[in-house]
Amino acid sequence: MNRTFAIIERELRKFFRSPALMLVSMVFPLIQLIVLGNAFGGKIRDAKLGVVDQDHGTQSLKVREAFESVRANMRTFLPVYYQSEREAVKDVRDGKLQGAVIIPPEYSRRVYEENHPRIALVVDNSDNFMSSALEQSFTELTKSLNEPEVQPRIIQQNVLDIVELYPYIEYMKYLLPGSITLAMFVSVMIGGGMLYIDDKARGVHEGYLVTPITKTELVLGLNGAGAIKAVAAGIVITVIGSLLAGVGSIFDPRTALWLLLLIILTSVSFNAMMFLMMVRVEDPLVPRATFGILNTLLFFPSGSIYPIEAFPWWLRGVARADPFTYAVHGFKALLLKEAGFVAIWQDLVILTLFAVVMMAIAIPLFKRSL
Amino acid sequence: MADLKHNGSNGVAKSIEVDHIVKKYGDFTAVDDISFSVDDGETFGLLGPNGAGKSTLIRMMTTLLPITSGVARIAGHDVRREPDAARRAIGVIPQALTSDLDLTVEENLNIYAKLYDVPPRERKKNVDELLELVDLSKWRGAQTKTLSGGMRRRLEIARGLVHSPRIFFLDEPTTGLDPVSRVAVWEMLGNIKSHRQLTILITTHYMDEADRLCDRIAIVDHGKLVALDTPKALKASVPGSNVIEAQFSAAPPDWEQQLHALSEVTSVQAEGGNTFRVLTGNGSRTTTELVELAVKSGVEVRSLTVQNTTLDDVFVHYTGRQLRDEAVKAYSFVMPPRPGLRP
Ligand SMILES: Nc1ncnc2c1ncn2[C@@H]1O[C@H](COP(=O)(O)OP(=O)(O)OP(=O)(O)O)[C@@H](O)[C@H]1O
Ligand SMILES: [Mg+2]
Repeated sequence: MNRTFAIIERELRKFFRSPALMLVSMVFPLIQLIVLGNAFGGKIRDAKLGVVDQDHGTQSLKVREAFESVRANMRTFLPVYYQSEREAVKDVRDGKLQGAVIIPPEYSRRVYEENHPRIALVVDNSDNFMSSALEQSFTELTKSLNEPEVQPRIIQQNVLDIVELYPYIEYMKYLLPGSITLAMFVSVMIGGGMLYIDDKARGVHEGYLVTPITKTELVLGLNGAGAIKAVAAGIVITVIGSLLAGVGSIFDPRTALWLLLLIILTSVSFNAMMFLMMVRVEDPLVPRATFGILNTLLFFPSGSIYPIEAFPWWLRGVARADPFTYAVHGFKALLLKEAGFVAIWQDLVILTLFAVVMMAIAIPLFKRSL
Repeated sequence: MADLKHNGSNGVAKSIEVDHIVKKYGDFTAVDDISFSVDDGETFGLLGPNGAGKSTLIRMMTTLLPITSGVARIAGHDVRREPDAARRAIGVIPQALTSDLDLTVEENLNIYAKLYDVPPRERKKNVDELLELVDLSKWRGAQTKTLSGGMRRRLEIARGLVHSPRIFFLDEPTTGLDPVSRVAVWEMLGNIKSHRQLTILITTHYMDEADRLCDRIAIVDHGKLVALDTPKALKASVPGSNVIEAQFSAAPPDWEQQLHALSEVTSVQAEGGNTFRVLTGNGSRTTTELVELAVKSGVEVRSLTVQNTTLDDVFVHYTGRQLRDEAVKAYSFVMPPRPGLRP
């Protein structure tokens, strides 16, 4: 056992001596959390919307008032007034406007006559996300216009609520479990993959193998070291990420304990998977070359970015075999839903089984010789 | 020691015994039926060019590589049957520098002492003593990456000895070092041997190194043992006792044959640039004849030296090739060939 600790000691000393690697494994997921968290899922703001009022009646004024209230509160779009329909449509085409609304002549009269009043929305449908956001916001707007008893003030208040309670952070929270999991995986990729193969190629393992260390001690030492580094990365990102995204459940001692357990089991099973993948690899290029592929293959199907329920059947299959999925599920339950052991025990069991199976295959493949 | 095997004939204990050992990589035979034994306390050299099979041989003796056939016994333990007992008896310095650059000198030593299960008190004593022996006491707290190549080699040598092994394997410990550092390493090894009871097996492709350090030398070429004896006996085994190295202003086409025809000459080697190396049993007589021949042929003698035979000549004699040409490949961080990667 002393020898196992000697190996772990060596790895950890190296790890803390060269903080660059440690930082990379943590900074990458944090940047992803911040950038993706803010880039996606945020509500559209200040989209430029051309407004062409060809009616100039009392009802079109009401529509324009509604726009102004959106501009003032929710700020989904910013109305820009145009005289000519052609000019507005041209600017949508050129990308100067994200959309245009045309209130046709006779609009007010049709409203009074209850004769199918219509407003036209011109969108740039090459930008799927933007056009569907505008459409959605307009559906709501026309719905409220159709209900005379609802006062514009109430729309205003509704809108205010949404803005105050969830400014952008919503999606970042959603991403947080994925980022924590990713941090552990990157740490394992570097610590258990790249550094492991580099050591092997440099002859460090040759140095180990001439000592009386047993195969078990060596395997335990190498995997223990890898898992400990991943646990460190997991804890750091859980804390920093929770603070960034405004998740408070880490302050609950019971939840914190389950989180720690989940972090440990995730690290162990990731490291076991990496060990199996690298156990017979000699070439230092291999872990580097597989880094990107593995990331795509394991991270994206896990439900950390997009819900698994939206996947085609084959991708659901990948998700089911992917240890990421269970880690992400567990972190979601603990961090976002503040659930307890009941919600995560299956994840813990599956992660443990996964690690056991990986090690059971890897150990016989591990050679205690060159 | 109790586990020593005694050789029946002369009673000298054998630290290393290698018996018809073979290593094959597929169809390629890297080590081809080599046998030798090393006495307790002896310094034994394996001499050979790149790819001769020196590292492969060491790796089999140090339990790193499975042996295809034959037996290797270290301190009396068959490395195949009792690898752990063999491992406890040996210290190994691999060809590649493998100390951790991020760790300090002392940490590097401590980690290895722990891998060998050296008890804490003894560990401290050993580390102190070894740092003194390799002249790195001043640097014990320095990160290894701040050390020069020669200092790193010395650290590795200390590392191989933290558990006080009886047998020490060094694979090309001076390759890539400048001449001054090489001499420092030699002196250090001598120093260590005078302090500890140690059997050393060292590989090298430097003749002067083998000559200076080793009690006996085995010359290995293409996986085969081609000669084994003391440096002195090896030199004596080469026909001719002197080497004349001469450079001429020009060399007529059959110059080599003409030189060979001089009396007592046993071999002539063209070294390029109109320089020839002539091995002879009688230095002064051949020199006189050589100068006469040159005058007669109208060839000017640019330079001329007469020396006793060296191990270089021994090597040429046994392998038909010059070792030096292959040794100039300057490398300090070339990785040794790894299993599974065919060069
Ligand atoms: N894993 C392997 N697979 C195939 N051939 C190998 C393998 N390892 C070594 N060899 C070959 O075995 C031969 C002996 O190699 P070895 O490393 O023992 O030489 P060496 O004498 O130590 O040379 P050097 O001075 O370059 O260190 C070489 O021809 C090498 O290419
Ligand atoms: Mg070698």
